[in-house]
Amino acid sequence: MHSPANTPVYERVRRNPKFQELVRQRSRLALILSAIVLVGYYSFMMVVAFAPDLLHKPMSDDSALSVGFPIGAAIIILSWLLTGVYSHFANGRFQDLTDEITRETLQ
Amino acid sequence: MTGRRILLTAAAATLFALPALAAGDVGQLEKQPVNLSAIAMFLAFVVMTLGITYWAASRTRSTSDFYTAGGGISGFQNGLAIAGDYMSAATLLGLSSLVFAKGYDGFVYTISFFVGWPIILFLLAERLRNLGHFTFADIASYRLDQGKIRTFAAIGSLTVVCFYLIVQMVGAGQLIKLLFGLDYNVAVIVVGVLMVVYVTFGGMIATTWVQIIKAVLLLGAGVILAFLALSRFGFSLEAIAQSAIASHKDGVKIMGPGTLLADPVSAVSLSLGLLFGTAALPHIMMRFFTVPNAREARKSVFYASGFIGFFFLIVCVLGMAAITIVGTDPQFFEGGKVGGKLIGGGNMPVMHLAKALGGDLFLGFLSAVAFATILAVVSGLALAGASAIAHDLYARVIRKGEATEREEMRVSKIASLVLGVLAVVLGIAFEKQNVAFLVGLTFGVAASVNFPVLILSMYWKGLTTRGALAGGIAGLISAVTLVILSNAVWVVVLNNPKPIFPYEQPALFSMTLAFIVTIIVSKLDSSASARAEREAFEDQFVRSQTGIGAAAAAKH
Repeated sequence: MHSPANTPVYERVRRNPKFQELVRQRSRLALILSAIVLVGYYSFMMVVAFAPDLLHKPMSDDSALSVGFPIGAAIIILSWLLTGVYSHFANGRFQDLTDEITRETLQ
Repeated sequence: MTGRRILLTAAAATLFALPALAAGDVGQLEKQPVNLSAIAMFLAFVVMTLGITYWAASRTRSTSDFYTAGGGISGFQNGLAIAGDYMSAATLLGLSSLVFAKGYDGFVYTISFFVGWPIILFLLAERLRNLGHFTFADIASYRLDQGKIRTFAAIGSLTVVCFYLIVQMVGAGQLIKLLFGLDYNVAVIVVGVLMVVYVTFGGMIATTWVQIIKAVLLLGAGVILAFLALSRFGFSLEAIAQSAIASHKDGVKIMGPGTLLADPVSAVSLSLGLLFGTAALPHIMMRFFTVPNAREARKSVFYASGFIGFFFLIVCVLGMAAITIVGTDPQFFEGGKVGGKLIGGGNMPVMHLAKALGGDLFLGFLSAVAFATILAVVSGLALAGASAIAHDLYARVIRKGEATEREEMRVSKIASLVLGVLAVVLGIAFEKQNVAFLVGLTFGVAASVNFPVLILSMYWKGLTTRGALAGGIAGLISAVTLVILSNAVWVVVLNNPKPIFPYEQPALFSMTLAFIVTIIVSKLDSSASARAEREAFEDQFVRSQTGIGAAAAAKH
């Protein structure tokens, strides 16, 4: 076994209300962002598989580019921006909270 | 048919989707005239990276330096290195040629390649970083039986590494034959020797810097090429699209999805393999331990996905521009017949584009970058394989943690040497082999063997050693079986008329099976050790969330 079960240090962390808050809030953020990316991507794939004509539509009457291109690019750019959102919160508020918990636990 | 062969070998390297296109006959490439400017630029790259290896060697003292560059890589640098690991020659050549050949369908592949990254950040990166030390087995064996789980995880990692290595070596050999005019065997040996030198002498520090330089070169080359291409069309995407429609034989159809992903089961299976296979590639996971803390780990994924996304968008522009610039120019077709066979094969549009827009010098530059790219990816793979052997199998399982750092390092170096020799031998042996099934296997195994154990060990309290082993083995057997029964092996290699398994990618089925078996066996496991393993989850959970104990554990 890598570490004995229920080490006192970890027990203390678990009892810390800040830990509960950290886990709840960060998990919620991660789940919401994952859901946005996955739902967005799989909806797109379903359109590709079942209703490809929707993506064939030209962007305007005299345009050669179809709406599929900006939509595809948007999926990539939006997904990337969401990694920025996650990093912003995880490295800011959540990291501060983690540091506080670590300090309180290890002192 | 040379086109298919190239598409298969070079592109297959990361693009396991391509075998669907490329699983046709396996022909032989013709060797091109010796390309001096390409060789000169490649030599410059090699000299520079060997210099770095020399510098890195003096800094590689501990196992931690060797496997993780001592955790001293910054988030930005690591982001470039991750992007480098992910953007292989196949991305540049394979994706751009897919867009060139199929228009929008190629773009759909590109998007599928990308979306795994945000998911890795949201669900995995943090916990990987907090729980792991050097390898993915560190995480899976945190609360499960060390010996069994490490052996299993190391075998899973080595399987993925070996298949991926073969694919890269075969791709390297073919590319070099084509671009540099060198012999296939010479090319494979050069790649093997350089890989061993980078890894054994410079370890992760050298491998990371080779990766960073290569990523910068690749991004730079892509940007310059896109700029030149756009300038031909007055910097208007609309003009590129109009002219592409006019030039492509499929006309306006290339502006939307066509036949490539018409079958929804394949589409879902493909995307699952890509999403979760990527997350479970050992050389990618290792990159989360090269940064000093979780903060930098998150930053590195943010930077990496930025670079990857940006590069993928550029690659699509290149493919679209090539439809007109390359597709209507007789000098790029065999016998000057526009619309016939491309010189060098179907994977070459972006190379021809470089020649059309920047002349021989730019073509040489891009060739050198493509070769450097393979070299960098292979080095990362070798290091991941060496760490599985030395850290997991030797130090933890065989010596049960009694090995000194010096011994473990020596084993790592021997392991990289052995992997290098193996890669060269297999690369030569597989020269004329269809590698499509290997690519399918690589991602199938990563997604079905490594991923379920990895994710369940981090997220599910109920996981037990028995469950993990049973599920992992079920995933391994089903992934291998399905790949053998699919078109790539059953029809192309074994010459049967019809595949028994109708889809190219096993992930949807084998990964699901692995999850189900793992969960059922874990639930039925009522042994005392299983109880202890479930109880230990709470502590593991705290550490995975906060990283408390991670620093101390890193010194064990």
